Amino acid sequence: MQNLIDRNAPWRDELRKAMKNKERTDIARVEMNELDGEYRSHNSEEVNQGLTEEQALMEAKRCLDCPNPSCMNGCPVSINIPSFIKNIERGEYLNAAKVLKMTSALPAVCGRVCPQEKQCESQCIHIKMGKKPVAIGYLERFAADYERESGQMSTPEVAPSHGIKIGVVGSGPAGLSFAGDMAKLGYEVTVFEALHEIGGVLKYGIPEFRLPNKIVDVEINNLEKMGVTFVKDCIVGKTISFDDLKAEGFKGLFVASGAGLPNFMNIKGENLIGVMSSNEYLTRVNLMSAAKDEFDTPVLKGKRVAVIGGGNTAMDSVRTAKRLGAELAMIVYRRSEEEMPARVEEVKHAKEEGVEFRTLHNPIEYYGDEKGRVKQMLLQKMELGEPDASGRRKPVAIEGATELIDVDTVIVSVGVSPNPLIPNSIEGLEVSRKGTIVVNDDLQSAIPMIFAGGDIVRGGATVILAMGDGRKAAASMHAYLNK
Amino acid sequence: MNKIVSKEHFSENVVKLEIEAPLIAKSRRAGHFVIVRVGEKGERIPLTIAGSDLEKGTITLVVQKIGVSSTKLCALNVGDEVTDVVGPLGKATHIENFGTVVCACGGVGTAPMLPIVEALKKAGNKVITVLAARTKDLIILEEEMRKFSDEVIIMTDDGSYGTQGLVTNGVEGVINREKVDMCVTIGPAIMMKFVSLLTKKYEVPTVASLNTIMVDGTGMCGACRVSVGGETKFVCVDGPEFDAHQVDFDEMMMRMGAYRAEEQAAMAAYTNQK
Repeated sequence: MQNLIDRNAPWRDELRKAMKNKERTDIARVEMNELDGEYRSHNSEEVNQGLTEEQALMEAKRCLDCPNPSCMNGCPVSINIPSFIKNIERGEYLNAAKVLKMTSALPAVCGRVCPQEKQCESQCIHIKMGKKPVAIGYLERFAADYERESGQMSTPEVAPSHGIKIGVVGSGPAGLSFAGDMAKLGYEVTVFEALHEIGGVLKYGIPEFRLPNKIVDVEINNLEKMGVTFVKDCIVGKTISFDDLKAEGFKGLFVASGAGLPNFMNIKGENLIGVMSSNEYLTRVNLMSAAKDEFDTPVLKGKRVAVIGGGNTAMDSVRTAKRLGAELAMIVYRRSEEEMPARVEEVKHAKEEGVEFRTLHNPIEYYGDEKGRVKQMLLQKMELGEPDASGRRKPVAIEGATELIDVDTVIVSVGVSPNPLIPNSIEGLEVSRKGTIVVNDDLQSAIPMIFAGGDIVRGGATVILAMGDGRKAAASMHAYLNK
Repeated sequence: MNKIVSKEHFSENVVKLEIEAPLIAKSRRAGHFVIVRVGEKGERIPLTIAGSDLEKGTITLVVQKIGVSSTKLCALNVGDEVTDVVGPLGKATHIENFGTVVCACGGVGTAPMLPIVEALKKAGNKVITVLAARTKDLIILEEEMRKFSDEVIIMTDDGSYGTQGLVTNGVEGVINREKVDMCVTIGPAIMMKFVSLLTKKYEVPTVASLNTIMVDGTGMCGACRVSVGGETKFVCVDGPEFDAHQVDFDEMMMRMGAYRAEEQAAMAAYTNQK
């Protein structure tokens, strides 16, 4: 294994010498292969089609294999980026996947949903030279997909079990990543999930066209092979108490229950029929398959759909609405496109699929018909003022400038708050004013055997930050248990 | 998992099921609900727990056939397994010695009222239960209610049993007769609305247990939101019980009709297919 990540290994030295840096930097960055915008806006097929082998080989050559790879500083789970890329360059794709799995429990997921442009790729040496960064995310996905499709999935090495029982609350990215690392260290890990599906936000939140469920399932199966046990339909603190778990011999608990509670704007008409949270909309469509006839859960298939917000979840919602047959699928965002928190790729994809963008607009009231169904929304026009606490320019209402738009569905996607279910049911946990669990630098809570990470600590962040927390908490808990 | 160990028909459309769920049986309190899913393509529906048996490790649900999901659940037999049962969810009923409590319930709302009546009685209250239904055959759990109530008043719309009249007539009779410190009401939204209007008039504090549309039941989706005292609340995590005088029942009833067209179409398709 060491040979795969040793920069001074002979194979790697040879590879570096095979091409001049100038030649490497002259290669143009690869473009992702995508389905046509019009075609894909009517189905749930995955939009990004991945790289071909030739494309991946060429892109891997662009990486200069820096002695001090700054890209790795941008990765919350510290993937050995040059090592996996150089394994691709020499055609050892399965080994590239092995390198990924040394530190990441979900490489095929990260290769799809991580905001690489803000993380690893933002630190790439190419940027300092005025060029486009190496497409690290695309390559990560290539290696993970290659391994999966090869039928030769490797299971990471697991230390012999020492029988110490560890519980995990929530099977989203933080919980899965924690479970993987602890299993490798020889712990007996049980993951408790409240829903009837394992995967958390990867299942109920992110749509198929961006992250197919089968990809998530493969990664979960991999964890099962490593000895991780999954328990569905079980809410720690409700179905089974923290004390019950202690009595059953659990020595540590990692709380990664996510930021479940959707925020609303508390404006008039928000409780009309047809106005719902993005969580509700996406859960119906993704987790419950509500758009398919043979499933029992219903979903409103709006013809004129407005999605309020500018994050990735808003993009997921509006693109879903388009796929469910919306004639008008519109993003309403109070700032300008520049301030949108969504990934650039998501905004680009949404536009290609025919989504309209009404930036610098903010809803102030919804109007319903006699049956209580939303029929119109009143938008306030905004302009940008001085920067606010977030560093972004603050949107200010332009007095008297409003617009009335006909809609039959409104999806509110203005952020989430921590789910109070777990914090409320474990006595002695320190909880912040915002409802997040308070932890120290080691992600340890006020109760020493309980660690926490992901959105229940951060209050609404990304898959990869949650996974980073999972890894960090695993290392901390391991150290704590071996003191 | 979740095996049905007994099934009893209260009426043509109302079924009592005892389901194996030892962890829930142990941790549930009066007022809690569960989310149930029948089949891998099924819907998640909330049902308030009507009781549990610690020795058998079972919980009791009383289900009325209304739509596809409840009909599928009622069609299960002893030995069948319910695909998913998760809970206990929501906040438990606040129980203390209030003095005299009137428990006003109608239809299948009677089932989740039973554990509340029991808990109130055990806390030292004088419990007067008003059981209401359209007709005699739909009065359920009378025996069990008598066990824990100081008095049971039966009301039927058609006068086929007990006194003819609505649940509100029964409640008003008690209020006019003696001092009532507290009222709890569970039943159809329209019934709870009128009980609430009545007790508001007499200034009797009243708690209503709401059963709205839910998806996850854990605070994640917000489908269940209701206005309580002008503020939006989530029935699943803030409730299911609220100060009835503060609940906007009209809005709640409106929201419960959100998927009526879809539900009716699905029911028609399900019936045809059978």
